[in-house]
Amino acid sequence: MGAIIIGAMLTTYYIGIHYFTPEMLIVVLGTTTIVLLIVGHTIVASFERIAQANRMKSEFVSIVSHQLRTPLSSLRWSLDLLRGGRLGEVNKKQEEYLNIVNESNNRMIDLVNDLLNVNRIEEGRFEIKPEMFSIESLSEEVIEELRPIANKSGVVINLYKDKNIPSTYADPNRIRMVVENLIDNAIKYSKKDIKDKFINVGLKQEKDEIRFSVEDNGIGIPAILQKQVFGKFFRGDNLIKQKVEGTGLGLFIAKGIINLSGGEIGFKSTEGQGSTFWFTLPIKK
Amino acid sequence: MKKILFVEDEPTLQKAVGEILTQEGFRVFSALDGEKGLELIKKENPDLVLLDLILPKKDGFEVLKEIKENEKLKDMPVIVLTNLEGIGDVEKALSLGATTYLIKANYELDDVVNKIKETLK
Repeated sequence: MGAIIIGAMLTTYYIGIHYFTPEMLIVVLGTTTIVLLIVGHTIVASFERIAQANRMKSEFVSIVSHQLRTPLSSLRWSLDLLRGGRLGEVNKKQEEYLNIVNESNNRMIDLVNDLLNVNRIEEGRFEIKPEMFSIESLSEEVIEELRPIANKSGVVINLYKDKNIPSTYADPNRIRMVVENLIDNAIKYSKKDIKDKFINVGLKQEKDEIRFSVEDNGIGIPAILQKQVFGKFFRGDNLIKQKVEGTGLGLFIAKGIINLSGGEIGFKSTEGQGSTFWFTLPIKK
Repeated sequence: MKKILFVEDEPTLQKAVGEILTQEGFRVFSALDGEKGLELIKKENPDLVLLDLILPKKDGFEVLKEIKENEKLKDMPVIVLTNLEGIGDVEKALSLGATTYLIKANYELDDVVNKIKETLK
């Protein structure tokens, strides 16, 4: 900032020396200095304000999220006791409402967890702990875990994989989050009115990478919205005019995780026909 | 009857965990801060400690360290039950000698009970 002020003053001086008397030059230089100091101060202050606002936003999200997790945990465990009939018999109607409270509570926990993760990714504080692990076993586990939910929506999940998929070097817990998110999205955004609904999960080795993909014949994403897919709070539910649960943060977090793991993430989608989401991960350390 | 000490500063969590563990046939003690926790550990010699990390007076890491540095107490299993989830926190607690590290928001009460039973086997 100082250099800019001195530079501007020297320029004013060299130009001014040809046009002004020495007395006028002093007034011009004085005025220039004051104007520059005011402008400079305002710019620096506004940068500081933006930086401070960002810090405050992050701290706010972090504190609120942490503070929310304790009462949400209390709520969850108290509900576990009630729903499990450990505090006395629960009748059908009560059970129905307890389940509603439980679902809502779980959604809040998911949202708080997602917000914390988004905050960490944006601040460069998202931690990963890479190790060699089998993405094949991980994918199989996640598929089995989500199969009952898929069945409810009438979606069949298949796994197509190369023989001998090598281990990959990444954080298995974080990659699990991504795999769950991609398959879960494919289930959520399946079409309602067709018979043969499928999700094809693929695992391939390509040179030094593993390529994981999830192909579906769901509703697809309109071309106009495709640029926003990995942004925050992107949600597909306004597209299909039906309510789909979710925070709209999953793909933003997925992209953050895959980038931190040294891989790439992307998708191909045609509205009305389906989408294929994929990511790659390095095989070696 | 096996004795469990739950060191946790949130009374509502203490109540819920205390309820289920009592129903499962354990004798449950609770402490609302780290100092009181250590005092009860020495006095009651529980079979297992459930330990939160963010605690008044003395935090969970210090409590854990003191348990593991004490010849008489060092074999006592300690399950960390917290909402702190930094990799650094997990590693620190495990390297100090915690048996298991559970993040409250991610576990149902039955999962917590199962972990306790598993550890006490």
